[in-house]
Amino acid sequence: MTIEEIQNEIISEFDMFNDWIEKYEYIIDLGKSLPVIKTQYKTQENIIRGCQSKVWLYAENIDNKLIFTADSDAIITKGIIAILIRTFSNQSAEEIINAKTDFVEKIGLKEHLSQTRANGLSSMIKQIKLYAVAYSNK
Amino acid sequence: MKNTAFNIVSIRNDFPILNSKVNGKQLVYLDNAATTQTPKVVIDSLVSYYSKINANIHRGAHYLSQKATEAYEQARKKFQKHFNAKSSNEIIFTSGTTHSINLVANGFVNLLKSGDEIIVSHLEHHSNIVPWQMLCEKTGATMRVIPMNEKGELIFSEYEKLLSNKTKVVFVNHVSNALGTINPIKEIIRKAHKFGSAVLIDGAQALPHFKVDVIDLDVDFYVGSAHKLYGPTGVGILYGKEKWLNKIPPYQGGGEMIDEVTFEKTTYAKLPNKFEAGTPNIGGVIASGVAIDYINKIGFENIAKREIELLDYATKKLLEIDEIKIYGNSSNKTSVISFNIGSIHPYDIGSIIDNEGIAVRTGHHCAQPIMDYFNISGTIRISLSFYNTIEEIDSLINSIMVAKKMLS
Repeated sequence: MTIEEIQNEIISEFDMFNDWIEKYEYIIDLGKSLPVIKTQYKTQENIIRGCQSKVWLYAENIDNKLIFTADSDAIITKGIIAILIRTFSNQSAEEIINAKTDFVEKIGLKEHLSQTRANGLSSMIKQIKLYAVAYSNK
Repeated sequence: MKNTAFNIVSIRNDFPILNSKVNGKQLVYLDNAATTQTPKVVIDSLVSYYSKINANIHRGAHYLSQKATEAYEQARKKFQKHFNAKSSNEIIFTSGTTHSINLVANGFVNLLKSGDEIIVSHLEHHSNIVPWQMLCEKTGATMRVIPMNEKGELIFSEYEKLLSNKTKVVFVNHVSNALGTINPIKEIIRKAHKFGSAVLIDGAQALPHFKVDVIDLDVDFYVGSAHKLYGPTGVGILYGKEKWLNKIPPYQGGGEMIDEVTFEKTTYAKLPNKFEAGTPNIGGVIASGVAIDYINKIGFENIAKREIELLDYATKKLLEIDEIKIYGNSSNKTSVISFNIGSIHPYDIGSIIDNEGIAVRTGHHCAQPIMDYFNISGTIRISLSFYNTIEEIDSLINSIMVAKKMLS
């Protein structure tokens, strides 16, 4: 699936929920399926700045696809990064760089995140894109 | 809650923001240690200042400038009276507590030398640590730390051991912002003075709860912020004994703080103008004076009584929640409760209850040494004001139960 197709799939999943509690419960569930970062990559340099909770993100290039793994000490953050990984993992660097990111507004997530958490979400997307840029230059 | 001197309905009507809806829910504002809400009389004062007497102070010979100057100096007198300071020269207006602390710390650059010691407490906000660390870097002085115990109290006997003739400044908060612990500042000051040390008390978290008497305390510097005292943002207070304020140099150069300027030399203005370079937050200072009047009208005895009732009720209800751990269990604390539930990240709970309209603070509260002591990354902190209600605490508890169920 392309990034856009995955994003549309996520948007339609979130459309099914009636209120923010259901959305949050779904995010928390998604967090449980997060591809967890290996302990050796849970280092200071893989921590994303700008998040109130701790978020580690790591990317490796396997057959020209970027594979992301992550972890967080907060459950909701874990769910949010899981959504991003589902969207961007196993895609080429170029596709990640060119991908739109407005789907996070479309799933109505941002309006339920506090400002600091919304900033954290932006930092995560930025870090994913930075990894893609770094690998595309290699 | 029965309190005859205290009409909660009328008090809540004084604060327009308390009727707001957040995410479609009634706002429950429990983040008063971060900033207190503003009563209508204070908002009206700001509007009135800009509508009627806005002008620069101490400068113009014209009518408006005189009116603004009078109102500004009147506010200084209100703070002098409130603090029981000997002279209005001892009240300096700054932009906030942090500015006040930096002003004093900077003033000690020339008064300290290598080998001197300064004493800080483990309970400090970063803003009462970092400026002094910078001072140590500049002067070669050493920082010593008063340790805390499991209840979140300073260990007084350890403080006594740290004091010596090398001690030049002691700086401690009156109340811990993260835990609410009330520190025994009168004793801390008395002991420090035996060794000739100056003492700065960060009163940011104390001013909304008690009336501070600087003469009774015999404190050298006492600092705070108007926005935590039901006033507007952008106004800080620095009380300093006149002898100390004369001793330390100006912090910033500029207009208003000079006596005479030539390119060879500038002589500085007398107190308090020496420390108020540039155009101050005139409207904000005047409105802060109105806030002082407002809070004194309610009365600190009524405030204390009300806040203790709310604190006791909230503590009792929170302790009924499984796996809750409250940090800071001093018997002498303000209406602040810092806690975690099991291994749930405080930010997760904060996010969920925010959707229910409940405003709390989560995180390290700019007091990382305290979090390190408890080996946690942060807490959820509720901080209650006299305008909060039992019903609001019940809403908080209900929302926490929803969050806990979702996150467990």
